[in-house]
Formats: sequence, C-alpha cells, structure tokens
Amino acid sequence: MATVDPRDSAPRGSTRTAGLISSPVWGVVPFALYVLLFLALPTGIALGTGFVDGDGAFTLDNAAALADPFVISGFTTSIMLSAVTAIIGAVLGALVCYALIGMRSEGALRSGIDAVSGVLAQFGGVMLAFAFVATIGIQGFITVLLRDQFGIDIFADGVWLYESPGLVLPYIYFQVPLMIIIFMPALEALKPQWAEASATLGGTTATFWWRIGFPVLAPSFLGSLLLLFANAFSSYATAAALTSQGQSIVPLQIRAALTSETLLGRENLAGALALGMIVVMAIVMSLYALLQRRASRWQR
Amino acid sequence: MTGMPGAGTRAVTGTGIPTPGRLTRWGILGIIGLIFAVPIVAMVEFTLRRGLVGGYDFSRWITVLTFNLGPEYRVLGTAIGNSLVLAAATVVLMLVLLVPTMIVVQLKLPKLRRVLEFVCLLPISIPAIVLVVGLAPVYGVISRAAGSGVWTLALAYGILVLPFAYRAVQSNLDAIDVTTLTEAARSLGASWPVVIARVLLPNLRSGLLAGAFISVAVVLGEFTIASLLNRQNLQTALVIVQKDDPFIAVIVTLLSLLVAVALLLVIGAIGRGTTRRTS
Repeated sequence: MATVDPRDSAPRGSTRTAGLISSPVWGVVPFALYVLLFLALPTGIALGTGFVDGDGAFTLDNAAALADPFVISGFTTSIMLSAVTAIIGAVLGALVCYALIGMRSEGALRSGIDAVSGVLAQFGGVMLAFAFVATIGIQGFITVLLRDQFGIDIFADGVWLYESPGLVLPYIYFQVPLMIIIFMPALEALKPQWAEASATLGGTTATFWWRIGFPVLAPSFLGSLLLLFANAFSSYATAAALTSQGQSIVPLQIRAALTSETLLGRENLAGALALGMIVVMAIVMSLYALLQRRASRWQR
Repeated sequence: MTGMPGAGTRAVTGTGIPTPGRLTRWGILGIIGLIFAVPIVAMVEFTLRRGLVGGYDFSRWITVLTFNLGPEYRVLGTAIGNSLVLAAATVVLMLVLLVPTMIVVQLKLPKLRRVLEFVCLLPISIPAIVLVVGLAPVYGVISRAAGSGVWTLALAYGILVLPFAYRAVQSNLDAIDVTTLTEAARSLGASWPVVIARVLLPNLRSGLLAGAFISVAVVLGEFTIASLLNRQNLQTALVIVQKDDPFIAVIVTLLSLLVAVALLLVIGAIGRGTTRRTS
C-alpha cells in the first residue's frame, strides 16, 4: 500500500524540535493511554492479584488453588460445556450458511437472518436466561405442553435447568447465530471458477464439495469452532441470571470469589481463576490465529 | 483489496458454487428457524397467561405499554436512562479516541497498523469476567477521584466495543482511498482540520454509523461489568425485576429484542449503502 512520508506532508518539521512537536505519534498518545489504563492495567491487576496474599506479600498459594478439585471441576465443566455447545453450534450454523448459498445478500431473508443473528449472538445474555425459563422452566411453555399433552415430565430426575446441563440449550441459542455471522464470509469467498473447473473436468456436485469445498473451508470451519468455544468459555451473563448461587462453571466461581472474599479459605482466588481463564483463552486464540493464516490463503 | 464483499457475492449468485436444492434449503431453514422460534413464542405465551384463572389476555402488555407500572418498577426507568447515558458516552469515547487514532495510523504511521489491529481485537480474548477482577480496584480509584457517576462505566465499555467499532470503521477505511483523498485535498490547499472534517469524515460516515450502532447494541446488552461493579443498567435491573415479577421482565426483554433487531437492520442497510457506493 502506498504511504505518505510524514515529513513530506507535514506543514512544519524542517528542524528537529519542530519535527518532534508535530510528529504524528502524538496523535495516538491519548488512545494508547486509554488502552493502558482500562485494558492493560485491569488485565495486569487481574492476573497479578493471583500471586498476592491478603497482606500484599508475594505468594504462590492462590495459583496452587488451581489444582484444587473444586476449581478443576469448574474448569472441566466450563471446557466441556464450551466444547459441546461449540460443536453443535458450528454444525447447525454451517448448515444454515449452506442453505443460504445463492441467496442475494441484499435480500430480505438474508438481511433478516443477519440482524436476528447479530442480536442473539451479542445482545442475549440475561434475556436468554428469561427466554429459557419461559420455555423449559418449571412452568415453561414446553414443560407444560409435554406434561399436559404427552405426560412427559422433563424434570422427572430433578430440575436441571439451573445446573450446568441447563446451560447447553441457552448457549446453543447464541452459538448458532455467531457461527452464521463468522462462517458466512468464508462460504461467500468460495470462487465460482473452482466449481466451473471441477464441472469442466467432469466432477459432480459431490465431487466439488468433497475435493474442493470441504478442504478449502476446513481451516475456516475449525477457526470458527474455536471462536465459538472462546465465546462460550468467557460467557457469564446467561449463567449468572439463571443461577444466583451456582458455582458450576469458572465465571460463576469468579463471581463467588469476588463477592464472598474467602472462597476455599483463600483471598484473591478470583485473580488465580482469572489467570487460569486467560491461559485457556490464550491457547484457543493462538490456535485460531494459526488457522486463520491458513484460511486466508484461499480468501484473496 | 478487501472491502468489496459485494463483488464476490454477486459472482457467486450467477453461476458456479452448487446451490442447495429448494427442498434442502427450505428444510434446513425451516427446521432451525422453528427451533429458534420456540423460546420467543414461549416468552409471548408466558406474558399473556392470566394467572390462576387460566386463559390469556393482554393486561400485562397494556400495563407496560401505557407506563402504568407501580413505584417498585421505578428502578427499571432509572436503569434504562443509565443504559442510554452509557451508550451515548461510549459512542462519544469511540469517536474521540479510537477514530482519530485510526485515521492517524492509516495516513502517517502505517507501521503501527498491525499493532493497532492487535490491540483493538484483544478484548475478544479477555473475558469481561476477567477484566472485571482488575477493574474493581481501578474503579475504586476512579470513584474517589471523579465520583461514582453512571457515565464512568463508559470508560470500561469503550474497551468492550473496541473490536466491533474497529472492524466497522476499518472496513470503511479500506474501501476508500484515504491517502489519495488526503493528498488531493492537501495539494488544493486544505488544512488538516478541513481535510478531516470535510473530506475524511463524510467518506467514513457509514463506517462510523455502523460502529456507533453496534456499540449501542453491545452497551445495552452489557451485564457482567455493571453487575459485578454494583452499577445499575438495563440488564441488572431486569434481573432484579424478574425476581419480583417475571412477567414484566419478559415483556421488557421482548421489547428490547425488537429494538435491537431494528437497530441491526439499520446497520445492515448502512453497510450495504457503503458497498454500493464504493463498488
């Protein structure tokens, strides 16, 4: 990309001091300060407090709590929940993207699906909890329907909506829309010439998908799957609104640690839990970056 | 160049990529659409129930839509006000801090582009629940220095919307040739303020609008930070109201989902406006 040498277009800048004063670097200073104060500093504090005890002295005690069975079960549940909902969400979302191939992106159906997906993927949170209480809560629409019309009691083994299995359906409800948003551009980047080339060489539709479509889309699909995982793993609002006491997943454990101060008899446990979450997120997002590089090969 | 998604889409529609058959297409969309409609229908059914008597009526909707709620729901009004203040403050923050930085980097500091992109997309990798652990002490200092006004929360929300706002504005920056536009204006004698106000901002209008709308949607839906810093916004108030009267909370939920869909339809229309003009 062509760029302008700052010295060519800057009105002043002939002498060294003037150049320093009118340097474009000053333009990014306010933003840099803001990001330092509200992104870098809080993240640093969150990770740092895990290594400090109640009196401010350095300790590995909290980090050691990451090996506590209670914390390990939190991470296991979080990771399982994120993996299951990411896989189901990715498959269903990709199916919707497939069904939308060939639809005009300006058309009413596509615009409608885009808007609804955006809302459900980013705006849901607390509201999804209400939606599912109204659907499969004890007096929910589906619960009552199944009980009165078919004699099926979905809560025969106890009410699971407010435990971690109850999070699966609400999470899928925001994972599928997110998949539609992030996977659709990859499908749209498939080049028609490839299909024509395949057809010219005698390939069928099935050949196209097996030999060209799936291999080209695989990195994008796996990348989207990782983003969905990250999305579920860091999600807090839906679970918090469903259960006011639960500590089944890590974000809820952080809430408990923040509000009660002494979870597992330790102060600053929230910091250690935050550290654990960041480690998982860092692994997932690095893998995502790798896959993204691979996927971009075909998107030029 | 990126920034011209319209061109690719149109080619696909013509020939080429095998499209699904009618039955497959409408089968998939129908089944998944139906599954996604169930909770919405359930919410509507729930709000229409007539308590122990059985049957349905619109009494609760009428109460909400005529603002006929008792004083115990005043928290909801305050909270909606707070959320709107926060949305406005966050958008201002984005326009004042992020946008000028993006323009400076695009024009003068191309080497910083990757750094800026990395920083702006970083909040995706840092869960809000992690951020809030570190924000608690930061806000301790802020409320001592600047009081605990609602608007202060916008400083944290500005970080949350960074990835969304950045993407919206950057795709607009990529679609227009900023360098040429600027050189042309400068060589005709325009000063920098004039270049920004009369050349760049009008060309970036759709990106800025889309960025602003998505920021508003994110702020109106935010719960994690507000709830754990004990601030009142739309979402935290809904959780409180839901404990007293779940029906009212569900009605407000349905209404805000509607508003949000409308908001995103507007974003979509703006986005298509950009591609049509630039391609």
